[in-house]
Amino acid sequence: MSRDGLIMRCLKQRNFMIGLALTGIVLAAAILSYFWTPHSPTRINVPGRLAPASGVHWFGTDHFGRDVFSMILVGSRNSIGVGIVAVSIGVITGVALGLLASAKRGWVEDLIMRMADFTFAFPAILSAILITAILGPGTFNSILAIGIFNIPVFARITRGAANAILARDFILAARAAGKGRIRITLEHVLPNISNVLIVQATINFALAILAEAGLSYLGLGTQPPDPSWGRMLNESQTFLFRAPMLAIYPGAAIMIAVLGLNLLGDGLRDALDPRLARSR
Amino acid sequence: MRVFSTSLAVALLMTATAAFAAKDTIVIGMQDEPPVLDPTQNAAAAIDVIFSVNVYESLTRIGEDGTVKPSLATSWTIGEDGKVYTFKLPKGVVFDNGEKLTAETVKWSFDRAGAPNSTNPTKRHFGNIARIDTPDAETVIIRLKAPSSLFLSYMASGGAAIFDPKSADNNKSTPVGTGPYKFKQWVKGDRVVLEKSTTHRDPSKAQIRQATFKFVPDAAAQVPALLAGDIDAFPTIGATETLDRFKSDSRFQVVIGSTEGEVPLILNNNKKPFDDIRMRRAVNHVIDRKSIIDGATSGYGLPIGSHFPPHHPWYIDLTNRYPRDIAKAKELMKEAGYANGADVSLKPPPFAYARRSAEIVAAQLMEAGFRVKIEPVEWAQWLDVVYKQKNYDMTVVAHVSPWDQDNYTRGLDYYYGYQNAEMDALMKQALVESDETKRKDLYGRIQRKIADDAVHAFMFQLPRTGVYAAKLRGIWKNSPVSVTDLAGLRWVD
Amino acid sequence: MSPSPASWRGREYERPLPRAQPIRYNGAVLMTSFALRRLATFIATLIATSLVVFLVLEVLPGDPALLMLGIDAQPDAVAALRAKLGLDKPAVERYLVWMAGMVRGDLGISHTYGTSVAELIGERLVVTLPLALIAMTLTTIIALTLGVFAASKHNTIGDYGVMTATQLGIAIPNFWFAILLVLLFAVALGWLPAGGFPGWDQGPIALKSLVLPAFALALVQAAILARVTRSAVLEVLREDFVRTARAKGLTRTQTLWRHVLRNSLIPVVTIMGLQFSNLLAGTIIIENVFYLPGLGRLIFQSINQRDLIVVKDVVVLLAAKVVVINFIVDLLYAVIDPRLRTQR
Repeated sequence: MSRDGLIMRCLKQRNFMIGLALTGIVLAAAILSYFWTPHSPTRINVPGRLAPASGVHWFGTDHFGRDVFSMILVGSRNSIGVGIVAVSIGVITGVALGLLASAKRGWVEDLIMRMADFTFAFPAILSAILITAILGPGTFNSILAIGIFNIPVFARITRGAANAILARDFILAARAAGKGRIRITLEHVLPNISNVLIVQATINFALAILAEAGLSYLGLGTQPPDPSWGRMLNESQTFLFRAPMLAIYPGAAIMIAVLGLNLLGDGLRDALDPRLARSR
Repeated sequence: MRVFSTSLAVALLMTATAAFAAKDTIVIGMQDEPPVLDPTQNAAAAIDVIFSVNVYESLTRIGEDGTVKPSLATSWTIGEDGKVYTFKLPKGVVFDNGEKLTAETVKWSFDRAGAPNSTNPTKRHFGNIARIDTPDAETVIIRLKAPSSLFLSYMASGGAAIFDPKSADNNKSTPVGTGPYKFKQWVKGDRVVLEKSTTHRDPSKAQIRQATFKFVPDAAAQVPALLAGDIDAFPTIGATETLDRFKSDSRFQVVIGSTEGEVPLILNNNKKPFDDIRMRRAVNHVIDRKSIIDGATSGYGLPIGSHFPPHHPWYIDLTNRYPRDIAKAKELMKEAGYANGADVSLKPPPFAYARRSAEIVAAQLMEAGFRVKIEPVEWAQWLDVVYKQKNYDMTVVAHVSPWDQDNYTRGLDYYYGYQNAEMDALMKQALVESDETKRKDLYGRIQRKIADDAVHAFMFQLPRTGVYAAKLRGIWKNSPVSVTDLAGLRWVD
Repeated sequence: MSPSPASWRGREYERPLPRAQPIRYNGAVLMTSFALRRLATFIATLIATSLVVFLVLEVLPGDPALLMLGIDAQPDAVAALRAKLGLDKPAVERYLVWMAGMVRGDLGISHTYGTSVAELIGERLVVTLPLALIAMTLTTIIALTLGVFAASKHNTIGDYGVMTATQLGIAIPNFWFAILLVLLFAVALGWLPAGGFPGWDQGPIALKSLVLPAFALALVQAAILARVTRSAVLEVLREDFVRTARAKGLTRTQTLWRHVLRNSLIPVVTIMGLQFSNLLAGTIIIENVFYLPGLGRLIFQSINQRDLIVVKDVVVLLAAKVVVINFIVDLLYAVIDPRLRTQR
């Protein structure tokens, strides 16, 4: 398929366009926050705490008098950062393992796949809690915890897709031309499975944001004073009676980011595989 | 004559109404559930809140004003330079299981607490006991190795409760004691129910027939439970920012008091940069107690300038010892060689008051050029990293034990990392001094010394923010110890 | 192979699922070998899990004895308690003692609570299990209704409505949804409790405490399952026998519920199995939001209190549960589609 055709198909996808717009908003908020926020997201002003939304504080202030709108803006960096790094860990390690499995076959494949199965049998959230209990709470450790559980996802997908490609005729031709396993994997297999990987990465990006929010909600993710949507939700719970809106903003931000990425992923998949799109 | 009969009729009527209408049960809300129900096995304060004084009794008890009062021991005498205590026990004390309490029971309980393999959280209170004699069933004579002005207070703690040897091992799940209440039921995750004991030596003591302690860990859920009338009393409510709502509601009374919990910003005196008194004083000049108290306790905490509870008559106000002065702080830092500021870590444990005050105080310290990194730790990590390994610069934790100023004499092995000969001498004197006026003076000097050395930056005293049904009487305003005196509670019309 | 659990690992299952690998039921020999293979997997998973969790807890900082006795405790009291809890023994010995107990069905004594872990888990399961079952029932009802409805109204406004709603459902963090439910039904309306659980001895009123948590758990799952149902039904609708059924004079609705749904159930059951596997672990966050004394909260608290024996036991039980559920799902395949029994 031609690249131009792909872009055109993407642009015709309603899901893709909505997803692109929502993801764009979140990304823009993150970029904007580096240059400008209405107030400092960490400036504490206790006398002005729990103020309602106003012209000065668009989303009001939290229990320390910090500007919630600024915190939401800066918090987007955290979610995006965790998502990118955690998924990268999963993609890089998982794809390498998956390719290794499909290239080597035999006991290597068996071992890698059994390990992936085992990771799946272990409740992910529980493992993340244990990892942060050992290494201590914090952004980096929560990235690690989330990243580790992305590895088997990509290892499996890569292996499955790679095995399918390896059975195709043009691989036989390449092999006949004297190309080695590694060359075939890098030159023929990887480019041909990249579409599948991109779609899965988009979806797992969304899941990583949800996971980070969950860990931060339990107090195990990003730590103060860095704003984090999940932790803002946790802190808001005590003040549900005084300031219910504090619980609304960060949750809505998470939802927009996750929804955007999911729609983007679905749109991409449909654009890449029109046969699938019909059945959906 | 007529007057007499009318008043008689009124009196009769009143008795009748009381018999019909007076409420004789109470539901008390609390945040934390005890993991076990035995204070000699676990240090959780929630055990004392429910069971001490009510079910388990110790020889003495602490009154609302913080002074030592008789409990199982009706009286005592102190002899031989404060080294021999003779306690008198009342006759006819029986445990809930029917076993009798004698002097032997007391000796058995204390031997158990002080034994080499004892795992009693207050074991150190028993290390000073040289010998226990029981000349008769109602007399216990305790000989100390050294005089201790705190011995009677120590004997009031839950760890010094008198257990029946036959049932002691089961107290973790089915408490058996001598108090005015007896254990009825524990629904894990929800409530503990006590009911009035029928075998107590003074049947008229308790008025409430049944008391339920209900666990509501979620600060947000405490408010609707009170508003709906599911809970009659919440002595330490978590959502302090909602107290105004209860103050304006005639169905409730809001009682704000003090506790024994001093909350300092603890500084590691044995590690750079806070091994330098100038740096510690700099921190003291930076902290703004008003903001911290408003942000961390909704304004209900009392500011403190040293390690002493403000509700106690011996308290000295030292909050102005280091007035807020950023310029002065920067000057001190410069003198100490930190003209460009200092990198410090702040490791708060997972309690709302600690996490919140840490965030605010960190922001304040940044103003003076401290580069504070907040590294929140869970409780197990706090005990390991901060308390045991002393690997920290600053932390925040409440010191809830009464008379815990002796922490300042625990030397470099203790996580404060503070050692001072003058302090050691003052404390030693205070511990053996039996004259109250002299002790008061000594504790005054101890308070000043702690503040002068700027051992920590003292922030506030944990408040006791209680919401109670308007018709409840006998409420403790302050809580010098974490107990709930059920026998003192009563309902009025 | 057992498919991947849902939650935040991957939504591979949202793509059309491969027909499940059938179990070979043709012949007693094959049946026996299947059972033996399953048993071997089961035991291997348990041993691997027990080793991993044991090693993990070995490097976990924090001393359970110090946690129990508090900061005023005398060091020798802490040491005595460590000895009493058996924490002073070498690691290999502690592992073997633990495993030997497991084999005998003795889960040990909780450090913190001083009661048997089996009893403790039992007390918590009476909250978590009903919660999971209610959540799963809600999930199934909502998802099948929405999924079949959307498929039957394919490419109409109804279909788009369901698809949008489920897209939103997937994107909402379930703990945030839980907070929203609390805001509406507990804070604003006061109909349901905001948290806590009064115990079953209070009678059916205790169920009220499970309503909001169950809905919070069911939402995301139902959204995913509804999409899967819709895709599966659409796929089956294109098959020949549907046309035949319609030709026989069955109405559209009759065809849908009688023939199509049954034939679409394989992917649906697969996802349901995954979701149920995840549900007990998924209650960790939701039980924390609602302060329910269930298994999820027990494990979270046990990690914080360093009640190591409880953590170890619960983790192994959860792993065992995943394997068992996979097995049940495989059996269900055979029930749903009799062809699978003799195929291949």
